[in-house]
Amino acid sequence: MMSVYSQIEANKGKTWLIMVFFTLFIATVVFVLTKAIGGDGSWVFIAFLLSAFTSIVSYYWSDKIILTISGARQADRKRDFDLFTVTENVAIAAGLPKPAVYVIEDSALNAFATGRDPKHAAICVTRGLIEKLDRRELEGVVAHELSHIKNFDTRLMTIVAILVGMIAFLSDWFMRTLWWGGGRREDRNERGGLGAILLMVGIIFAILSPIIATIIQLAISRRREFLADASGVLLTRNPEGLASALEKLSNDHEVLEAASNATAHLYIVNPFKGKDFGAWFSGLFNTHPPISERIKILRSM
Amino acid sequence: MGIILVLIAFILLVSLYLWSLYNSLITLKMRIKEAWSQIDVQLKRRTDLIPNLVSSVKGYVKHEKTVLENVTRARSALVKAETMADKAVANNQLSDALKSLFAVAESYPNLKANENFLQLQKELSDTEDKVAYARQFYNTAVLEYNTKIAVFPNVFLANSLGFKTEDFFQTEEEERKKVTVKFD
Repeated sequence: MMSVYSQIEANKGKTWLIMVFFTLFIATVVFVLTKAIGGDGSWVFIAFLLSAFTSIVSYYWSDKIILTISGARQADRKRDFDLFTVTENVAIAAGLPKPAVYVIEDSALNAFATGRDPKHAAICVTRGLIEKLDRRELEGVVAHELSHIKNFDTRLMTIVAILVGMIAFLSDWFMRTLWWGGGRREDRNERGGLGAILLMVGIIFAILSPIIATIIQLAISRRREFLADASGVLLTRNPEGLASALEKLSNDHEVLEAASNATAHLYIVNPFKGKDFGAWFSGLFNTHPPISERIKILRSM
Repeated sequence: MGIILVLIAFILLVSLYLWSLYNSLITLKMRIKEAWSQIDVQLKRRTDLIPNLVSSVKGYVKHEKTVLENVTRARSALVKAETMADKAVANNQLSDALKSLFAVAESYPNLKANENFLQLQKELSDTEDKVAYARQFYNTAVLEYNTKIAVFPNVFLANSLGFKTEDFFQTEEEERKKVTVKFD
């Protein structure tokens, strides 16, 4: 039990760290840029305020943002009877309020949880998962996700997804603008200030991308998946449910379109399924332990 | 002077220990109470579903009167049960009665195709899961509480503070196994 409580504390601490890091990072980038083009210091202050504001908004709205960008909709008790009731049941077992239940209309098999604490939490699964898994297997998956909520993994994972994801997204965007903007710049006669700034930002972000990936990996230790598996089984008292669910998940090779590099670590299994999906980049974001290892541990319980 | 200081420190430590012990035991007791009311809610939900089930089955299984009567009897026993032990026993009897009813229903294709019956069957088996999980949470809470008042040095104080061992909500697995369903 001790390890679960220290895990909760670590998650809360790391969430703060990520928020502070994000705020300082954006302010620093703006500082470097304004220095480079000889602007005045007020921009840094504005950037600092804006990024601090973004951090706070992300903290309170992270679950909504993630659910929206994943294209999830609320589950219906009648239509998704098993998913809905199984979530109620596992919440009873854990003595937690029932999280909101969402569904992504995609035939790939996957699931994730989000929310800043057990009172503001949501569990989200794909349509494929509901259709392919039986009630006991679904229960195993939901218990795993609820354990992430209980351990406050979701708080950290969601804030990482949004803030670090935002930096990754910005870097991606700048890189692309730099790449594709090359030809057009001649026509628009912007060879001066703007082009130089874009070039610089691009280079900064290009250097940063692997560092960001490392941060995600440090924050999202693979150990938490094992811990969530174990505490999930403690709720259902049925390791076979989750084990056979994971088996089905690993046999499914469909890529989940709703997932991105920023949200991949949220899912119960890697949504890219080792496909060549921006291979070097998702390789860096390798945040999931091998499924076979997880199944082996579950079967030995 | 020194002795008095040591004495004051000692008394302070003891009262601090008593304070934290008392508070943590109260917290645990509250959790047990809450867990128990959760079980009660689910048992109530279960008894509320039964009349609908009986009326939807009645028309189909005219020759299985005893099975239906058993369900109704077990239900009213559960409604009447007051103490935790009585409720546990009544709940087990209801589970068994329902199991035989659903086993009998297997041989009535018309009933098995009835949308209303299927929905009720799903609801009832879900409620059974809910009772099981609520019981698990309750028993875990009781175990934690009972352990806390039984370990050294709490064992000397918990009793005089008025904390008594709580009962587990038992299922009689043995009795369940005895039930056999006969098909004619």
